[in-house]
Amino acid sequence: MATESIKYLAPDADNKAKTQVFPRPGQHTTGLVDWLTTIDHKKIGLMYGLTALFFLIIGGIEALLIRSQLWDHNMAVLTNREYNQMFTMHGTTMVFLVIMPLSAAFFNFIMPLQIGARDVAFPRMNALSLWCFVGGGIILNLSWFFTGGSPAIGWFGYAPLTDTRFAEVIGDMGPDFWIFSLQILGVASLLASFNFITTIINMRAPGMTMMRLPVFTWMTLIVSFLIILAFPAITIALVELMFDRTYGTNFYDFLEGGKPHLWQHLFWIFGHPEVYILILPAMGIVSEVIPVFSRKPLFGYGLIVFSGAIIGFMGFAVWSHHMFTTGMGVVATSAFAMLTMLIAIPTGVKIFNWIGTMWGGRIRFDTPMLFALGFITMFMIGGFTGIMHSSVPIDAQHQDSYFVVAHFHYVLIGGALFGLFCGFYFWLPKLTGRMMSEKVGKFVFTLMFLGFNLTFFPMHYLGMIGQPRRTHTYNEGHGFETWNQIATVGAFILGVGIAIGVLQFINSFFNKKLKPAGKNPWDARTLEWTLSSPVKEYNFARTPIIKARDQAWENNYGPKENHSEKEPLDDHGVHMPDRSWWPLITALGLLGLAIGMLFHRTIDPSGELVRDYTYPIIAGAVAILGMIMWALEGPGGYHLFPKEDEE
Amino acid sequence: MSDASAHALEHHEPVTSTGIPNKKVLMWAFLGSDCMFFGTLISTHLIYRKISATVGGNFLDIRDVFDIELTSFSTFILLASSLFMALAVSAIHKGNLNSTRWMLFGTIIFGAIFLACQVYEFTHFIHAPGNELTLSTYRGEPHVFGSTFYVLTGTHGTHVAIGVFWLLGWLAYSFTGKMSTAHALDVEICGLYWHFVDIVWIIIFPVVYLMEYAL
Repeated sequence: MATESIKYLAPDADNKAKTQVFPRPGQHTTGLVDWLTTIDHKKIGLMYGLTALFFLIIGGIEALLIRSQLWDHNMAVLTNREYNQMFTMHGTTMVFLVIMPLSAAFFNFIMPLQIGARDVAFPRMNALSLWCFVGGGIILNLSWFFTGGSPAIGWFGYAPLTDTRFAEVIGDMGPDFWIFSLQILGVASLLASFNFITTIINMRAPGMTMMRLPVFTWMTLIVSFLIILAFPAITIALVELMFDRTYGTNFYDFLEGGKPHLWQHLFWIFGHPEVYILILPAMGIVSEVIPVFSRKPLFGYGLIVFSGAIIGFMGFAVWSHHMFTTGMGVVATSAFAMLTMLIAIPTGVKIFNWIGTMWGGRIRFDTPMLFALGFITMFMIGGFTGIMHSSVPIDAQHQDSYFVVAHFHYVLIGGALFGLFCGFYFWLPKLTGRMMSEKVGKFVFTLMFLGFNLTFFPMHYLGMIGQPRRTHTYNEGHGFETWNQIATVGAFILGVGIAIGVLQFINSFFNKKLKPAGKNPWDARTLEWTLSSPVKEYNFARTPIIKARDQAWENNYGPKENHSEKEPLDDHGVHMPDRSWWPLITALGLLGLAIGMLFHRTIDPSGELVRDYTYPIIAGAVAILGMIMWALEGPGGYHLFPKEDEE
Repeated sequence: MSDASAHALEHHEPVTSTGIPNKKVLMWAFLGSDCMFFGTLISTHLIYRKISATVGGNFLDIRDVFDIELTSFSTFILLASSLFMALAVSAIHKGNLNSTRWMLFGTIIFGAIFLACQVYEFTHFIHAPGNELTLSTYRGEPHVFGSTFYVLTGTHGTHVAIGVFWLLGWLAYSFTGKMSTAHALDVEICGLYWHFVDIVWIIIFPVVYLMEYAL
């Protein structure tokens, strides 16, 4: 790319230079330094995605170990404690380190392109979110190497499992690692959500009204609101738990007046919106893909958007359906049962709208479309079993059985993961500039679809005949063996499918032999498809002026008055913010603070508890210093002068 | 407004879709989220206040520990600090640097007085003779009141402390000679945070303190 450029010097550049501890990486930075200091939303999205795929492999291996242990009655692949650790780590990893960051990867990469923005509102804060996510992932997985190993408390960490007095291993640090990891991941999610909300509300291109926003962007907005309103509940619950474990408070200590029940409430006030945080991005992706491959506009755009908003809103009013068997009383139980049945309506509306989009369309069965169809069918099965659970007597029967495991895996793999894979097959060409093999893609889909159903469909039956979840083995004579063996075979097929898929994604970054994608390989409809693949670092050479909802489509096929226009080239050029070290340093400070707090207690030879805050204070100071230097350095920047249509 | 400052504003604050600056939207989003943080803490306190009303079989009368005169005073001080904050924002909008400095200074001092009262309060409660209220006990018996009370008011105190340091940062910056009306927005956002922390106290004070005297 022969874009000429000049270094942009702010009026107070001399002052800025004085406050720099080390030189700020400039415009032409490459290699490792570029990746560590980048504030480009596309590179950050890519790093989110790759890190999450790495954790997907780890969480997948944990799942396969669980399935191996359940192959036959009284197997000894894992001990009971190891089994508990596996399902805890599998759940926590898949929710916080795979599905959420994979969604964040798409939010980062796609959303600014869809609204005609050059970056998110706060590019450096975006980098901080990324590094906090990586830090949280590191802390969680460090737990394997310290006293007690990984947490064995479930991803829900119910009290009093987390009570130090009931630890199976004396001085068990697993729950502490879990707490601090979730706190840091919470910081990452909150910062990212503040950023996305500001970006979508404030940085839309001229003419991009709210009701012209692509559905995926709408879902990004709704999910971001869910995150900023739901995460505080778990953050405070975790703070209280941390105080219980570290300073001996009694929040969840039933021997000293605390109520373990409160933990369940606080956890699920977060936990149920979290379910929608996991699924709505996938719904957004599918809403983008289905119209493209049906050659029709999205049916009922407004309904889909407002159904998403209603799902998000009502998601805060159904948390207690996770607690029907805790004895909340008839009134509370009935109210939550009713609201849970009600929330199925907007979900059903969406499904009918997708079907309506396909109805009468000229459907092309490319890989993204296959995954989208897989999403709809599998998510529907998960949804039906979900509605079954809204009925209290049925829920009481299914509680803690494999039926529930089947239900939420249909929602989270058949739903969320299929949706995200659909997104990968759809948007990766935009990212890499290369098309992926349709043959391999369809093979991956077949393996995943088959493997997934083989694994989880039998679990419905296993749950009905009484196999309990979260139990490391079963005895002979219950008739559990056959279906468990089918499930295990299915899990390995699913694992192979996912692994081939991930390899295919990575291959498309490096394999120069693949077909170039061009601007709009799928003949798609949203704004990101008007840009070259891969997208230039400034995204849009000239800010587009939006005239219609499906702008890329209208530009190609619509009447003249619907074609987008472009703002004139600015003679100042495109202002690009500078890279920065401070987000990484601030995140390292927070990581150090968490690790320091994990190890600040020691028992001296006389058996006294000694608290040493030296390391947490040093690490906290690094984080604060990072923030101060961040504020002082300012956005900085340089100007690029792209040619007329170089985008 | 002179051309130079108009240009500076233009450069710092790009045109936004809503006309509201990005930083302000960010702060409002954060405050919305912070409501939920305090909402969770306050509900935890209220729930336990209701279901753990006794200690060692006796009704828990926390008035034996509380020093309502002191807390009323510190409440007044914190609310008064909001006036200084508002005046500081107004001064920086008008470009009156000297006045901005004094008003920031006033806010900081009042915030610091509030914090000092809280430190005094905490130390006194923990050592109240015969009525010791610690993180895990009351009068030597295990109880939850100390847990919820200290963590809730402590979280609020942490918010005030963060605000004080933030304002100190602006006070220090005002002496570098670089501060101008271009920073009015940043001070205003700092003010939004400060007022919010005040409002939270307006809820905490009646719910946690005054209600104990309404029985």
